[in-house]
Amino acid sequence: MGITFRKETFRDDFTFRNSPEHIRRFPFPFHEDSYMYAVNIEPHVVGPKGSVLENLIDVDEHYVAEMQDRALVLAEDPLRCQSLPHMTLAGWDLLELLMEQQALGYPEHFTLTRDGDRWRWINRPLGIDDTFTFGDTSTLPYGPMEYITRQSQGDFCILDQRDGNLWMDAGMVTTQADWSLDFDIGMNFFEWHAPVPLAHEKGIFVRALKFLTNIQQGKPARRLNWTMTINPRLDTSPENYHKWGPDRTTVTPENVGDKVHLRVELQSFWRLPRSNGIVFPIRCYLIKMDELVTQPKWARRLHRVIRDLPEELANYKGLTRYRSTLVEWLSKLDDGSPTSPGFGPD
Amino acid sequence: MAAKTIISRPIYGTLSPQPGTHHLFLADAEGALAITDMAARAPGGFFDGAEIVFIPGPDGQYVAALEALKPAQLHIAPSFASLLPRLRQTLTNAHMGLRLYLAGTEGLIGQAMQVALEAGIDHTSMQTEHRGSLARRMQCVHCKGITENVTTQPATCSHCGLLLLVRDHYSRRLAAFQGVCINAEDRSEIPPMEEIFR
Repeated sequence: MGITFRKETFRDDFTFRNSPEHIRRFPFPFHEDSYMYAVNIEPHVVGPKGSVLENLIDVDEHYVAEMQDRALVLAEDPLRCQSLPHMTLAGWDLLELLMEQQALGYPEHFTLTRDGDRWRWINRPLGIDDTFTFGDTSTLPYGPMEYITRQSQGDFCILDQRDGNLWMDAGMVTTQADWSLDFDIGMNFFEWHAPVPLAHEKGIFVRALKFLTNIQQGKPARRLNWTMTINPRLDTSPENYHKWGPDRTTVTPENVGDKVHLRVELQSFWRLPRSNGIVFPIRCYLIKMDELVTQPKWARRLHRVIRDLPEELANYKGLTRYRSTLVEWLSKLDDGSPTSPGFGPD
Repeated sequence: MAAKTIISRPIYGTLSPQPGTHHLFLADAEGALAITDMAARAPGGFFDGAEIVFIPGPDGQYVAALEALKPAQLHIAPSFASLLPRLRQTLTNAHMGLRLYLAGTEGLIGQAMQVALEAGIDHTSMQTEHRGSLARRMQCVHCKGITENVTTQPATCSHCGLLLLVRDHYSRRLAAFQGVCINAEDRSEIPPMEEIFR
């Protein structure tokens, strides 16, 4: 039967919504009533049917609209997609991974057929049917990383592994939570995470790097991260901060439910077979407060998490200006009763 | 020197004589003093295989002190931009055994390192020593323009005019600190401008 793709926008009139089925599958990131950084990495294995983990690369009802938004961002600012010269092979690795995974999970929408190096890729939702030679960039309309990530939800960072470190040497980054690929490209793992508060002192990045540099082919890993965004805007880049920043002053007690969105990143980590790089897809899920609180457990828990968040973290995540309005609104949905363990709704 | 800060912010050391056959020094203004201080610890004849490229400050000081070291070559340049073609040529033709020493302002060290990185030299193999002004080279994350010699916090982008927070986050590839609009959420908030990078 396949997915019914929504016609919607992530800018201007912001018509993005989640269907009731997509609300229930939302990857709510809090397994308890409080939040602090942890190395919350686990094996990226297939999860329950109907969850965002049903397939290892998730395609959902927002796919077509997200790809249209990405094309708009790239037309305005081509620097959101960059690849240092030594990263082309890793780009082919990524193209293979994403074509295989999307065709495997959604055969009604994507088909990959291979005859040696001669590949045919059919992407029905976007109306693409291309035949090309694997490994020959001149047979594609873009470089391999750009070609396939214009057809895959989420941001993608490709990390080169050398000198016991990971280097941010290529990426497609148009839905980022306030970091700049153009500034960070070429940096190592510690350098590009430098602005993150508290986590360095806790030794988080030393342990995370150790884990990531040992990831094996065929054994991907994942973690969740989160922040909040005003309006369902995918492009919350620092490049455009002066354009979307004023949104944060528009939250009122009346519009919290519609304007404030929980933004969850499902980050996964995959070893690439030819280049020995690591690809790091950052898949962004948005849900507005009105949709989220249809699940009473999530409403109670989110209230407690945001209320008790350390101030440094609240500042880093950009919540300061509207946090009290949000907590007040959520408090009315929290009767103080206990929440069940685990992420899912009751 | 800079106070405790974040990991992407460069850390500079003290120049020390390295084993090698050819020594290339780049310095501006007070950076000359890092070279003359190092010379006191260098083995005899060290500067016979050394080239010094020096950009004097506005006061024109220290040229004589560098001449007194009797390097194989002393090149005086009026600006970093003017020495760029020469530096690129030197690095392109360099052999194994070239050692690089960078001393002076962060802008000079950063830009020289950027050219050396493009030539394939690993940044950890370069000797650096910060001397003189703490003025920063800043890239505006919004318009991508570089503003030189930033001394204030916040600072105005010399290209697009936005008022920018000068972060400690630093890119070796761009040889610049990151500037991000400080009042993006409410442009009517104008924080006081303080001179802190002197």
